[in-house]
Amino acid sequence: MKIPYYPGCTLNTVAKAFDVSARESALALGFEMQELPQWNCCGAAFPLTPDNIMGLTAPAKVLTEARALGDSVVTLCSVCYNVLKRTNKVLKDDKEKRGVVNGFMERDYDGSLSVVHYLEVLRDKVGFDNVKKSVKRPLKGIKAGAYYGCMLLRPFEDMGIDRHEGPTIIEDLLSALGCAPVDFPNKIECCGAHLSMSRTDVVEKLSTSVMQSAVRNGAEVIVTSCPLCQYNLEMSQTKAIETVAGYKQIPVVYFTQLLGLALGQTEDIAGFNSNKWDARPLLRERGV
Amino acid sequence: MNIKLVNKALKSPEIELVEKVSSETIAKCYQCGNCTGGCPVSYAMDLPPTRMIRALQLGRFDEAASAESMWICVGCLQCYSRCPQGVSAANIFEALRQLSLRSGRDKKEIKDIPIEFLKKAPQQAIVCGFRKFVG
Repeated sequence: MKIPYYPGCTLNTVAKAFDVSARESALALGFEMQELPQWNCCGAAFPLTPDNIMGLTAPAKVLTEARALGDSVVTLCSVCYNVLKRTNKVLKDDKEKRGVVNGFMERDYDGSLSVVHYLEVLRDKVGFDNVKKSVKRPLKGIKAGAYYGCMLLRPFEDMGIDRHEGPTIIEDLLSALGCAPVDFPNKIECCGAHLSMSRTDVVEKLSTSVMQSAVRNGAEVIVTSCPLCQYNLEMSQTKAIETVAGYKQIPVVYFTQLLGLALGQTEDIAGFNSNKWDARPLLRERGV
Repeated sequence: MNIKLVNKALKSPEIELVEKVSSETIAKCYQCGNCTGGCPVSYAMDLPPTRMIRALQLGRFDEAASAESMWICVGCLQCYSRCPQGVSAANIFEALRQLSLRSGRDKKEIKDIPIEFLKKAPQQAIVCGFRKFVG
């Protein structure tokens, strides 16, 4: 099974570990991610003002490229997923906007593509039971906190990947890999996102709240599907170590890194040499 | 504080423009405060979501448009997901931002962005930041 794959700009650069571990895991699970021959940045933000049609053109171009390859496209980055899925819905439902965007692109795209997240492929096509059967290196009860953030889930009526207040899709995967998922109140709160450009104080406060919430509930590692969340949660811990009494940093990894490791990838292929806070001592301690 | 409710101010062209750009009906908000309660950045705002919408309901466009709040809203949509009336304060903040940017007033200049951030940050943060702060 080949699925058209849109990596997005960050997975092609600083989040290479996310990309490589996902592609390798896919092969181990019996499907291949076929990268679009041509792609551009999705715009990294769905335009919240509906009159901003120009903001739809970059993701629309990606969708058009993907449609030429098949009837669905898979993404890994939560933001790409959000932008592509919401844009696709607009192009499908709004004939007038579709006409304007198609006219601008000189294409004829009808919104018939299905935009899916890699997690949905694992749950709905492969099945978490089959993932579990493919595990070669169980993760021995590592306490992992699944951090969803915003873009994977909201707005609920457009995204619909899981329940918007109590999602479990990442925890369900982690259980299949042999982890012990840890629930924590801040798992769907924002990390501060692009404010890392303008208000690092706000990002540090928000991300530290997320980390403390997870650590207080026993998490030994945080698992995410968004490179910006990963960056903010990693960076904020430098400040937390200095300012929060007794705070000890924990690793922040992509869910595909743990998946890859469990499926038998080496630590380097799964990207464990690229995390700011090293998860390998924890893996050694647990004998993984 | 005395507030004079004048019909002309309540239905000013600026307020109508905010509604048009955001596609939100400002009168739908009944001020329950769920948006501000759920907003992770309301603590840093001079005019949190509920108060921002109230200002617009009272025809005080300048008060909403001059507040720093719109530049602090991250668009996480927690306000919208918890609003019993289906109002998206994030969309209204975005409309205020867009009106400012479209009139040529950028919030950020590239030279203001720390070089360390540009070197280390994920591309999506940089692209998204430009989308939000530069017209």
